[in-house]
Amino acid sequence: MALTVQIQKRWGSFLLDVDFTAENGEALALLGASGCGKSLTLKCAAGIEKPDRGRILLNGRVLFDSARRIHLPPQSRKVGYLFQQYALFPHLTAEQNIAVACRRDSVRRTRELMALLRLKGLEKLRPRQLSGGQQQRVAIARILAAEPEAILLDEPFSALDSYLKWQLELELQDVLSRFPGPVLWVSHDRGEVYRNCRQVCVLENGKASPQEDIKTLMANPGTVSAARLSGCKNYVPVQPGPEPGQVRIPLWGDLILQCAAPWREGVTTLGIRANRVRPAEPGAQNAFPCEVVRVTEDVFAMLLMLRPAGAEGPLLRMELGKDRFQAPDRDGQLWAAVQPEDLMLLEEPASAGERQA
Amino acid sequence: MDWFPLYNSIRVAAISTVLVFFLGVFAAQVIAKVPRLVKGILDVVLTLPLVLPPTVVGYLLLLALGPKRPVGAWVMNTFGFRLTMTWWSAVFATVAVSFPLMYRTARGAFESFDQTLAQAGQTLGLSDTYIFWRIQMPCCRQGILAGTVLAFARALGEYGATSMIAGYTPGRTATISTAVYQLWRTGEDALAFRWVLVNLAISASVLLAVNLLERKEGGDRRWP
Repeated sequence: MALTVQIQKRWGSFLLDVDFTAENGEALALLGASGCGKSLTLKCAAGIEKPDRGRILLNGRVLFDSARRIHLPPQSRKVGYLFQQYALFPHLTAEQNIAVACRRDSVRRTRELMALLRLKGLEKLRPRQLSGGQQQRVAIARILAAEPEAILLDEPFSALDSYLKWQLELELQDVLSRFPGPVLWVSHDRGEVYRNCRQVCVLENGKASPQEDIKTLMANPGTVSAARLSGCKNYVPVQPGPEPGQVRIPLWGDLILQCAAPWREGVTTLGIRANRVRPAEPGAQNAFPCEVVRVTEDVFAMLLMLRPAGAEGPLLRMELGKDRFQAPDRDGQLWAAVQPEDLMLLEEPASAGERQA
Repeated sequence: MDWFPLYNSIRVAAISTVLVFFLGVFAAQVIAKVPRLVKGILDVVLTLPLVLPPTVVGYLLLLALGPKRPVGAWVMNTFGFRLTMTWWSAVFATVAVSFPLMYRTARGAFESFDQTLAQAGQTLGLSDTYIFWRIQMPCCRQGILAGTVLAFARALGEYGATSMIAGYTPGRTATISTAVYQLWRTGEDALAFRWVLVNLAISASVLLAVNLLERKEGGDRRWP
């Protein structure tokens, strides 16, 4: 039992092409930058938009199938949709917003759901009188009232102040842990996805990569876009080195580094996480001299922009805990090192134009 | 003073407002969904009566509804009554001239309606009819109400087309506006002036109502 979405949709020059399955009781994240087609995917799954081709299945029911000309209206899909701004009905009270969605026994169900989502005492207030978090809880109660078989969350915390998010995230986890069906969780926040979802599907320019385990993706992104979403800050073109297990970085003065991952076809770029760049003694493994171009103090860390000796390419960003930071030499020199297992070999994803050809 | 013109004016305006309310809301809802080219053409056609001189509207109505004209003759032959020169003939005129006001304000209100509310309703299993009447209409209620009041006011003040299609028969088809003209023409200035005062009072209260509605709409808390 699961929600399977395999669809294509053209939207002007934009082509949405996604294929994934969210299992029951599991949250699948759609991770991507804004404008990559995440919300459009949800709208297609909910029946608000119609894909051009493909099919959508929920627990064995066909919600959409272009070949069989099936396109169920949203009303009969039993798919709950949490909109970014919650889309509460402004002229109804919190209680009425929930009651209107109840399929049966609305007085009792509304009372139960208000208790479940800690909305007691807010029954007679209208959405405008509720805080962002309360609005979200009403919206979730309203979705549960309609007894959906799947739940879609569109950037559930984007409309909230950051200090509220954590508490709400815990509450949402509680609600979802009791929900037996599949959940699609759209987000651009890797931390949020990492904490709440096991499976992830990265979207870039409408194209979805194969879904995979979130921990695998973060540890070993594989492509530049996945690495970017996983928070990697440094990218530089890379070539195979003279010896097996080595890589060469022409733009950084032909720097040769030991790399734990074996070279593979299609690799174009080396990714290095800023917090994996460490100060080192001259001559240590993978250590290379750098000129410190700029030092910026962040809240809990120091950010250093380094130019590896002889480099004509991108600067290397280094993040150091403040306790470990030492001011560079007077001549601005610093030896930096990256461990072989922290060098990520990345493939360039095909551009949108190449894919359509 | 014979109060028949006031009674007749309000009767005509009320009936026409009810008709225009449904016609205008229906047209606004349908036209919001048609392709852009069709929308542009229909928009011009439906708004035309607002800018045409009322006498031109009256002339066009007579062209269709007059006793010897296509529709009028057909009704005469089939049902045995005429469409012109009765008190309710004025309704044709007032509907024609006040329809664009209702249609345009309703369309404006519908266009500013947040479609995600309708989509949310759909995913919650609410029928499209329910969403339209119980969610979209209440959310657009300020605009719809303002349009209704304006349409009523316009119908109440209609003179040109009304005088052509319903004429002026004291005690039968006279309205306030036609009465004022006739009384002035026949030199009964004092009586004409009384009707002018009555008309001013009604129009002023209608405009006041519209302003109150708009002020409420502009406020931050539309749903206290």
